[in-house]
Amino acid sequence: MVRFVSGLTVTERQVALVVLLALSLIGLAMAAAGRGDPMGAQGFIVMIFSVGLGFAVMSGYYAPEPDESRLSRYYDDPTKVGIVLTMIWAVIGMAVGVWVAALLAWPDLTFDAAWASFGRLRPVHTSGVIFGFGGNALIATSFHVLQRTSRARLPDQFTPWFVLIGYNLFCIVAASGYLMGVTQSKEYAEPEWYADIWLVIVWVAYFLLYLRTLARRKEPHIYVANWYYMAFILVVAVLHIVNNLAVPVSFAHAKSYSLFSGVQDAMTEWWYGHNAVAFFLTSGFLGMMYYYLPKRAGRPIFSYRLSIISFWGITFLYMWAGSHHLHYTALPQWVQTLGMTFSIMLLVPSWASAGNALATLNGAWHKVRDDATLRFMMVAAVFYGLSTFEGSFMAIRPVNSLSHYTDWTVGHVHAGALGWVAMITFGSIYALVPWMWKRQAMYSSRLVEVHFWLALAGTIVYVFAMWNSGIIQGLMWRTYNDGGTLAYSFIDSMVAMHPYYIARAFGGLLFLSGAVVGTYNVWMTIRAAHAEAAAGETGADVPIAAGSGAMQAGE
Amino acid sequence: MDLGKQDPVTGRVTTGHEWNGIEELETPIPRVVFFFLGAAFLVSVICWFLYPTWPLIWTYSKGLLGIDQRVTVTEQVERATEARSVWTAQVLDKSYADIEADPALMHLVTETGRTLFVDKCAACHGVNATGGPGFPDLAAKAWLWDGEPEAIEETIRVGINSTNDDTRTSQMLAFGRDGILPADEVGDVVAYVRSLSGLQPAEGDAARLDKGRQVFADNCVACHGEDAKGNKDVGAPDLTDANWLYGSDVQSVFSTVYSGRQGHMPNWGAKLSPLDIKILTLYVHTLKGAEN
Ligand code: HEC
Ligand code: HEC
Ligand code: HEM
Repeated sequence: MVRFVSGLTVTERQVALVVLLALSLIGLAMAAAGRGDPMGAQGFIVMIFSVGLGFAVMSGYYAPEPDESRLSRYYDDPTKVGIVLTMIWAVIGMAVGVWVAALLAWPDLTFDAAWASFGRLRPVHTSGVIFGFGGNALIATSFHVLQRTSRARLPDQFTPWFVLIGYNLFCIVAASGYLMGVTQSKEYAEPEWYADIWLVIVWVAYFLLYLRTLARRKEPHIYVANWYYMAFILVVAVLHIVNNLAVPVSFAHAKSYSLFSGVQDAMTEWWYGHNAVAFFLTSGFLGMMYYYLPKRAGRPIFSYRLSIISFWGITFLYMWAGSHHLHYTALPQWVQTLGMTFSIMLLVPSWASAGNALATLNGAWHKVRDDATLRFMMVAAVFYGLSTFEGSFMAIRPVNSLSHYTDWTVGHVHAGALGWVAMITFGSIYALVPWMWKRQAMYSSRLVEVHFWLALAGTIVYVFAMWNSGIIQGLMWRTYNDGGTLAYSFIDSMVAMHPYYIARAFGGLLFLSGAVVGTYNVWMTIRAAHAEAAAGETGADVPIAAGSGAMQAGE
Repeated sequence: MDLGKQDPVTGRVTTGHEWNGIEELETPIPRVVFFFLGAAFLVSVICWFLYPTWPLIWTYSKGLLGIDQRVTVTEQVERATEARSVWTAQVLDKSYADIEADPALMHLVTETGRTLFVDKCAACHGVNATGGPGFPDLAAKAWLWDGEPEAIEETIRVGINSTNDDTRTSQMLAFGRDGILPADEVGDVVAYVRSLSGLQPAEGDAARLDKGRQVFADNCVACHGEDAKGNKDVGAPDLTDANWLYGSDVQSVFSTVYSGRQGHMPNWGAKLSPLDIKILTLYVHTLKGAEN
């Protein structure tokens, strides 16, 4: 803690204290005004969070100012903390995932407690993995990639902390709110109005930070990874603001009512929901892939042109596709046809991206064989290709009439979530951690290998279980008997799904174990780095032109 | 920066830019990408012509096939109803006795009845209709109300203690809680009631039987009858058989008499069609319980 604070200038420490003071006052006001409402408890959480951090800043407040030489280095402290937060959220989010998976197999495991019911834990899982794990990974890696590919240091040291910590405050407020029953009931947009407003502030700071750093860049061109990261930040801001337009019941209540209603609300929600998949879970992670994969493979990107048309293809086509979530509903059919056809066309730039990644590995396949870190990234690209194909297929209306509302959807989500998002993240983190903590390699490459196989096995068990369960379910729901009545009751389909639910929980447990192994490995690498810190800095990593000698290998 | 450096593996040149060691090759976009882009676009254009797709100012393009999902669904439902009417019309027209005497028709009724029952009724009565504490076993034929098909149909239609205006109403009074009987007399009558069906007596029960019989005669016969065999007009159960709605142990029976009971069975008249109610009635009436 003190080490991070002493990296800040005195002015930055003061700004941090002022912001934390303001935040704790807001928390206090929420706690006081929201007595008797979940808002009160949320206020306490905000207050404890900001007062706690205030103490942390105070503890380093009188440390000497950092010297000017820092300006000739990259600023990586927020990235380091972001990596640790990523791993913590991974374990929390996936553990809750295993828990809700177990609840579906054994529904009585709720101990009769409201907070432990499926409906409240499920969003803790989804937000925990998408926003907690995925979001922290994106923020941490984006700071790293942005500086390296711009050859510029972040413009100040306060903003990145504001973004990272402010974002985590959002995640904590969101997750704790779900447990108390606070929700807007919009999937992936569950947090209530006050959390949403806070995220807008954090997000604007994030986007400005990106632009300010790019403006200082010493490279003539902006590397493609930054385009993807920027699309992620910009579009998520637009989606978030529009979908969360709502009127609070009062400033002292957590509850709010959406500005939209009926089918317009559904369409807004799925325009948001689908583009959250596109720009949060795809675009951002493609940014990650475009940096760490060629770096680790030591290969040039297969085709510059392909990366550009894929970028614009994905950005343009995704925006139209959201209505495929509302096939055969009250949504006018013409909107459904549009969503379906754009989803079909979307397959081409998606596969172009996956293909570009895999073709980049040409000449490095021996490394894929030997290096589990690179293998994580390769498998991620394969799963990216598989799940985008599946997605385009499921968007076709007649196919959707079988798959919709079944576990097939959940299987599809997790082919993407486990196979693509989590795998590319773990691969990138295993590449990044040794660079950040100035180590030759991870603490144990055996454990990376173990993690890889646990993750792959877990994903495959999970996805196959859900494919089976979903298709059986979908078929049972449409089978008629001789009399022209549905042959199966809903409970019959539940009984048929039970073994697959147990299998899914087992697959999830494998995946979770992998994440725990990874967290341990990261932790031991950091510890080894700290133990060796006495030996002094090894190799500088500074924003000067490549080839002038001081560049660290790798990065 | 080496402009257009050649990559030894692919033989292609790079774009000449480099970001922290990352370079990009000048590989042209593979033909196959254009091919698939064209194919996907073509498929889309065909769909746009065939189906409703583009918003116009006041309407939208209707598509050459003239398909409208609402019309499609309405037609499909009509066609399915038409196809089913072969046997459903018979169910609606015939009497309960006639239908039950027709094995072919009953086969269809039972198949359909099972799905309906498990979807609508199993949450309370159980998948096999055997019930549970507070929810009667419909297969046991130990009816609270009358067990004739017409009576069962009525129960399903109006419910028991439901929100329907014509609901069947029944109530087991809270003799202890409402101060109608002192607690020791409740204990006496519980001992007596349990003895009626030959349950294992609790300690000291033997001594209470006479007092219990008296309490019963004074308070309970109005609903449960002189012989305690129940009264189907008020939904009061037979207390001499082995079927217990709320449990037969001393504690459960004591709770019943002390705090009263009033089960709620929803009314289905507004939610299910007359056909479905008739099918369910037949299904319930012909259920084969463990004993039968
Ligand atoms: C919400 C729970 C619930 C549901 C759902 C439900 N029932 Fe009932 N049902 C009850 C209860 C409780 C009783 C007993 C009421 C009482 O204690 O007098 C009952 C009683 C009955 C009876 C009378 C039994 C007798 O002995 O006279 C019939 C028949 C019946 N239910 C049929 C059905 C059918 C058919 C359905 C599905 C359409 C259904 N029930 C759905 C709770 C339910
Ligand atoms: C006003 C009519 C009425 C009177 C009087 C009455 N009961 Fe009942 N009793 C009922 C009804 C109706 C039920 C069924 C309640 C239900 O299904 O929810 C019932 C249920 C019971 C049951 C539960 C049976 C089971 O299967 O679990 C017991 C035991 C019982 N009564 C005992 C008594 C005794 C003892 C008395 C006298 C002290 C008494 N009742 C007086 C109407 C009455
Ligand atoms: C340990 C691994 C995991 C397990 C056991 C797990 C389990 C689950 C379960 C049980 C559900 C609810 C399904 C339902 O309602 O029927 C779910 C939903 C979801 N999970 Fe996971 N999960 C895991 C990892 C992840 C990861 C890493 C991500 C994303 C990065 C993710 C994203 C989602 C999403 C988006 C949904 C909602 C799907 C929908 O609404 O259709 N999960 N998960």
